[in-house]
Formats: sequence, C-alpha cells, structure tokens
Amino acid sequence: MIDFDKPEAIQQVQNLVETVAVNMMRPVSRYFDDHEHEIPWDYINFMHQATKAMGGAASMAPTDKKSKDEKKDKRPPIGYQRLVHMVEMLAWGDAGMYLCTPGGMLGSAAVSAAGTPEQKKKFLSKFRGDKPVFDAMAMTEPQAGSDTSAIRATAVLDKETNEWILNGEKIFVTAGHKALIDSDGFIIVWATIDPSAGRAGMRSFVVEAGTPGCTVTKLEYKLGIRVSDTASILLQDCRVPFENILGSPEVEKRTTKGFKGAMATFDATRPIVAAQAIGIARATLELLKEELEKNGVVIRYGLPRQKLTNIEREFIDMEMMLHSAWLLVLKAVWMADNHIHNPREASMSKLRAGDVVVKITQKAIEILGPLGYSRELLLEKWFRDSKITDLYEGTGQINRLVVARNVLGYRGSQLR
Amino acid sequence: MYSFSPNEEQKMLIDAIQRYALDDLRAAAHDADEENEFPLEVIEKGWELGYLQASIPETYDGFGERSALTGVLAAEEIAYGDLAGAMAVMVPGLYVMPILIAGNEEQKKTFIPPVIEEEWRPYTSALMENSFDFDPNDLHTTAMIDGDSYVISGEKIYVPFAPDSEGMIVYANLDGVTQGFIIPKGQEGLEVGERQKNLGLNALPLYPVKFNNVRIPKENRIGGEEGHKIEPIIDASRVAMAAMAVGLSRAAFEYSRDYAKERDVFGVKVAQKQAIAFMIAEMATEIEAIRMLVWEAAWMIDNDKPESSKQAYLAITGAMDMAMMVTDRAVQILGGHGYIREHPVELWMRNGRGFASFSGLAIV
Repeated sequence: MIDFDKPEAIQQVQNLVETVAVNMMRPVSRYFDDHEHEIPWDYINFMHQATKAMGGAASMAPTDKKSKDEKKDKRPPIGYQRLVHMVEMLAWGDAGMYLCTPGGMLGSAAVSAAGTPEQKKKFLSKFRGDKPVFDAMAMTEPQAGSDTSAIRATAVLDKETNEWILNGEKIFVTAGHKALIDSDGFIIVWATIDPSAGRAGMRSFVVEAGTPGCTVTKLEYKLGIRVSDTASILLQDCRVPFENILGSPEVEKRTTKGFKGAMATFDATRPIVAAQAIGIARATLELLKEELEKNGVVIRYGLPRQKLTNIEREFIDMEMMLHSAWLLVLKAVWMADNHIHNPREASMSKLRAGDVVVKITQKAIEILGPLGYSRELLLEKWFRDSKITDLYEGTGQINRLVVARNVLGYRGSQLR
Repeated sequence: MYSFSPNEEQKMLIDAIQRYALDDLRAAAHDADEENEFPLEVIEKGWELGYLQASIPETYDGFGERSALTGVLAAEEIAYGDLAGAMAVMVPGLYVMPILIAGNEEQKKTFIPPVIEEEWRPYTSALMENSFDFDPNDLHTTAMIDGDSYVISGEKIYVPFAPDSEGMIVYANLDGVTQGFIIPKGQEGLEVGERQKNLGLNALPLYPVKFNNVRIPKENRIGGEEGHKIEPIIDASRVAMAAMAVGLSRAAFEYSRDYAKERDVFGVKVAQKQAIAFMIAEMATEIEAIRMLVWEAAWMIDNDKPESSKQAYLAITGAMDMAMMVTDRAVQILGGHGYIREHPVELWMRNGRGFASFSGLAIV
C-alpha cells in the first residue's frame, strides 16, 4: 500500500536533530569554515552524549536491532529511513560538521553490510563507550579513484602469526584523522589479497586506531566541507588479525563476489550522501525564499507558467527538482530497509540529488546577485560544500553508469 | 509509515490496463493518428476495463470509491499505450469526476448513474480558452445569475467530442471565481466550431465551443446554490495529466532503450556508447523522480493534506518538462529514424509537448 506518512518515531528524532542543527551547527558554521582542520569538539561531545542518553536511538549507524515500536507492532524496519532524515537535517545545519558526527559513518556501514555477527559486535560496540569514536572508509588511492579495480594496496596473510600484512597508500579518507588519531576508532582499508585476480581479489579490512604501521601523512585543503578532515594514510607492513577481513578470505577466480560485496556497501551509502545533498539544497531554498521575501518577492504557486516571473519559475522548478530527488532517496532506503535489491534506485537518488544541489546552490547565488556572492551569508559556503556530494561515493558519472547498466541489462564488460 | 508498493488490487489493475495499453491502444495508435480517429471498438474495450466505474460508489451505480492514487496508477498505464486513446477512454470522467468530487447529493444521484451504467458514450468538459495566458483561475468565459438561471457566455477550445457529447461541464467565471456548470445535451445557444488541428493528439476530436448566452437552471451549478471549491478539481486534473506524462515518457524511454540495444554502430550496439547510455540513465531517473512526485501528490489528495494543491502543481510542472526531455531524447537516440513516422517516438514527442498547454483534459 503506497504511503507517504512519515513515521512518528522518525519525526521525533528529526525534531531533536533540528534543534542541534539550529543551535550547535549554524552559529559556528562560518567559524569552522574559516578555521580549516579545527575540530568542533563541542558539537562532537554533545552528539556523543545525546546518543548515549537516548540509548543509541540517535545513532548514525543503522542496526539490525528493531526499535521498541517496530517490535511491538511487528512493523518493518525503518533504520535507513530514520538515518536519511537525520543526515538530511544535519547537512541542513552544516554539511561539513555532519561529517564530524561520531558514532558510525561509512566504515560502520561497510561492517554492517559485509561483516559477520562477531565483527559487527566487536567493531560497532566501540561507539558505545565514554568517549566519541569515529570510523572511516579508505578506498581511494593516488592512481585509483572511480576505477576501484586499479587499487594496488596489498594484503598478505602471514600464516605463522595468522595476521594480514597491509601495504599501500590511501588518500581522500573522510574523517581518517578523527578515526585514527583523535579517537579510538577504525578505518576500513580496501586491498587485494591476490593482485593477479583483479576484482575477484579485492577485500576490505578493519584497521583499528593505534595499529603499528598505519600513519596519517597529510590533511587536504578543500573547496568546501573544510571542517571535515580528508586524510592520506600510509600502510607499511601494517599487521591486523586474521578475523579483521570482511568477507571470505578465499579467492574464487572468475567470480567477483568479494568486489561485489564492496559495491553492495554503496547501495546503502549512496542514498545517505544523497540525503546530505538534499539537506544543503533545502537550506539554500529556505534562505533564498527568506531573502526574496525581505525584498518583497513572494512566490506564487498554481499559476500557469506563462504568467510567472522568471524568479518564480526558477524557484518553483528548483523546489520541484529538490522534492522529487528526496522522494528517490526515500524510495531507495525504504527498499534497503525491506531488503529489496536497490543498486539502481540508490544510484538514481545520488545522481539526481548531486545534480540538483549543485544547480540549486549555483542558481541561488545568481538570483541573489552581489548578496549571494558575499561571505555575509552562508550561501557561498553551501555552494562550495554542495559539490562534494556529486563526487564522493561515486561521481555523478559513475552513478549514471550504474543506472545505465541496470536499465539496459548490461554487465560491466558490455558498457564500460 | 512510508511504502512504495502498490496494493494487490492496484497491481491487478495495472496489469490489466498495461495489457490493454499495449495490445489495443498502442497497436492502433499509429493509424489512429494518421486517420485522425480512434476506432470506437478500441475505446469501448478500454471502458469495459471499468476503471472509472470502480472510482464511483455503489450509491451512484459504481462499484468502488474514488482514489486519486489508484487513479494516477491507472492513468499512467493507459497513457503508456497512447495519449489520445487514453484521453478518449477516460473522457466520461471529465463529466463524472467533477460532479463526484464537488457536486451535491442530488447532482451525483441524477447525473452520474446514466454515465456509469451505459457503454462508453462521449461526455465532456470545457475549460481551456484561446489565449496565451489562459489560467483556470482567471477565466474569460462568464456566468451571470438571472432569475432562476445562470447565463454562460464566452468561447472555449479543446473540448473533446463536443458535437456528440451526451453532457458537458463548462467552467466559467462567476464574480471572479471559477465554477463548474452542468450543461445538458442540446442546450440552446451552444455553437460547436470546426474541429481543431493541433501539433499532436490528432486521434482525439477537439473542438472550439461558443456559449452564446447559454441559459441553464440554477441547480446545475456544481455544488448547488453555494457552489464549490475549484482547487480539488484542478488538483485532480493536474495529477492525472502528470501521471499521463509519466506513462507517455515511459513508452518513449522503453522504445528508444530497446532500439539502442539492437542498433549496431562502430562494431557495438549504440546503447554501449556512454553518450547514449548516459542519456538513457538520465531518462530513467527523471521518469522515476516525477512518478514519485505524482504518487505523493495523489496520496495527499486522498488524505486531505493541506499541501496537496501545491504538490499537484509541482507534479505537473515537473511532468511537462520530463515529457519533453524524455521524448526529445527518444527521438535523438533513434537518430534520423526517430524523425520518420514509422516509429512512434515522433508521435510521443508531439503529444508530449502538449502537457505544457493542456489543462483539464483528464481527471482522476
């Protein structure tokens, strides 16, 4: 039965998060953008305490555990649906600070998607301690971005000690510094256990903070999301226990099961990035509307297009694009929650949300003229922040490839 | 609780309509467009699927109840076959649905059953007017009260099946407010002009109609003496048109996708080229996004949400652009072949452009 009613449990969490966004993010947004690499500890500690106080109800990591409501009514799980509402609201507050939220981000998404029950228990429980803890995903290498099959980092099993030895260089690790240096967290490292096997040899490994041989070598200076650290990480004979591998240690030539496991993580994370884009876009449209109204321009709905002013047309089109993108996000996570295979919907939501937020932030600056370009408003920051959503977790083009292959019924080899 | 899955009844309805849309409407669409006429037996077969009848409660001789959501699912599917054919099948709804949505009890009992009980007969409505800034909330056609009657004057266009229609609803400006009036067959002062020729929709007979002081009894104002709100009717029309735009776009998308998988170019299929594959991915994404917008707007209508008017407006706004984006690309993917009338994509492109101009040509 098609239904667009937001569950009460989601509304409640969303209201709480809105308070945080309004009071703890917006007031310091400009400060942290100006002071790159400074860490917003007030926000981080608050979020950690709030999550604990609510018994994990505000946790960013979706779990298999059902909430009380879900158990009581035998209702289907809504973990990812709740999560995208939270992310959307946090990104509405500040898209960079949202990336500094402790308690499980992309790394734990990978553990959730591909880990065994023991691994989930061991690594996800880290977030429930006294201090805030971060995780991160280390996939990209200097020579391997979208083409993840070009990854060169290696993992070799030392049979005597039963440890994996990791070697390689990772870049663009979002929150890598927070996961390894500022907290007792972990990163997920993508490496090959058989360089001759191509994608079939690709696996992911949990590397915990403090593991010898794993060092943060650099923090990037970026166009936007400046408060979020983007780290380079060097792995030199970095040893992790055998059981830190996610997925099977066996390489079955001719199958790319291991690699597909990696890609399955994206089905969960892409709608989350899309939600981040939606939050920035909504903030932008709200600000634009406010500024226009201050100047006596009120958007009229319901008129034929020929009767609208140019600003009204632009605004209504942007609102339409934004809302339709949000509905794609909701559908993708509803599928994830209900264990319906969703790579097409996940990529659709991300490519549309990425397009929409970039268009909206660009257009809003244009409409507000000199006002829009000024640093007096946060708009120019949101314009810079927004672009990342069209890049990480699969560029807009990679997501077009995924959707195209899906609707055409092509394998990777048929549509490169 | 969010859900994106139609219920079992809706799934069965979609299946039934899809079969009809492909086997009957689509099969007849090309010749119908060339010959400016849809075969009556195809229209009758569509009517027998009983979608409209299922939107009408038993009290008025139907066997269900109105659901805008089920309505948009049906409208998408039927327009997936052919737009002109879909509008022809649904044309009695132009007369019945406004009465069901906004009429008083007596009007419903009087005017709905004769339409529902019978086989397909043309009923119609007259909303659009011949001016570039046509606005359903600011009509030039007027209604004036005169004793026990309303007197309607003005000129309408895009009135389907006007000469043969068994009944008509005309929308007119009554003291600045748009109101619907039920016009019985053969009313004096009603002058049907010559059939229109348009960019598309050739198979749907559309006419200009002049109202030369047409006098109708007072009780024929929809809603009776107090009249009615116009928004629910406009909203119902907007979501219906938007859903039909989704259906038409889906048809063009699927056809060009399948063509691209067959067509050889430089030793591969043309769909294997990213320039084409990316267009196809964007078309699929656009259609899915607008479909969700339409579903939500229809759901809001069914649940009396205060934002439903705005949402219906956003849905049709997005849908008219989608129809153009998708059908234009469908023609482009077929290349020169897309321009030839042997392939249906040029017809979908001509019909698709209409959504920016059409108002009130279908109601759910």
